[in-house]
Amino acid sequence: MDKKISTALVVDDNTVNQRIHRKLLDNLGIQSETVANGKEAVDVHISGKNFDLILMDLEMPIMNGIEATRKLREMGIRSMIAGVSTRSLEEEKQEFMKAGLDDFQEKPLTVAKLVSILHKLNRK
Amino acid sequence: MEVGQMQRRLVDYTKSLFMEGFLDSQFLQLQQLQDENNPDFVVEVVSLFFEDSEKLLNELTRALDQTNVEFKKVDAHVHQLKGSSSSIGAQRVKNACIAFRNFCEEQNTEACMRCLQQVKQEYYLVKNKLETMFRLEQQIVAAGGSIPIIEMSS
Repeated sequence: MDKKISTALVVDDNTVNQRIHRKLLDNLGIQSETVANGKEAVDVHISGKNFDLILMDLEMPIMNGIEATRKLREMGIRSMIAGVSTRSLEEEKQEFMKAGLDDFQEKPLTVAKLVSILHKLNRK
Repeated sequence: MEVGQMQRRLVDYTKSLFMEGFLDSQFLQLQQLQDENNPDFVVEVVSLFFEDSEKLLNELTRALDQTNVEFKKVDAHVHQLKGSSSSIGAQRVKNACIAFRNFCEEQNTEACMRCLQQVKQEYYLVKNKLETMFRLEQQIVAAGGSIPIIEMSS
């Protein structure tokens, strides 16, 4: 049986990306919230919220995506975390994956890429 | 001008933006996201892009005007601009940002200043083009017509 994905957290410091990612999720019937950096992503989980899916940018001020992903996994957060970044350096991608990602997609995010993430979530 | 003519004018104008490299397929993705729930989604996102970009261009101008340029700061701003231009399909702005980042890495102030001029030029060009496109759309809607879907395969 397919897991129902109903909630997502968009972690991105870019307001244009935040808006687009929220619309992509909204069109697939997924409710979302946005935060502007890794620290806010951690804080929102400390406050008790949980999400089926986290779309995590890499380069962000205060706390980047790698550190945030690591911290969330240390906290025991089992949500699917998909890294979404324009960074194409293989080493950085590997470090991001090692921090605890379930998937990685290069920006810009499209419907097809988001659907691919969701299919992976269903197989998790 | 009758609606059919306006629609043809819009289609030709929009196609030219793709042919001339101002826009890429990511812009089509944005148009496909627009629906009855968010009928002005594209205008909303592009307006956000304009707002963001102008702040970033001002920050970049200030940052490069310093005696000791903080290249990390400059690079961070260019990264932001590259990100949002890529997300809306503003291809020429994105490409100008890629070149800019290379010179940030080299910490080459002169080259960065030239890049900033290039980015500004490309940004104001695409802004002008998109505003013209949105005006054409508004004219069609005001005349009771619908916005044609642009097919880029031909």
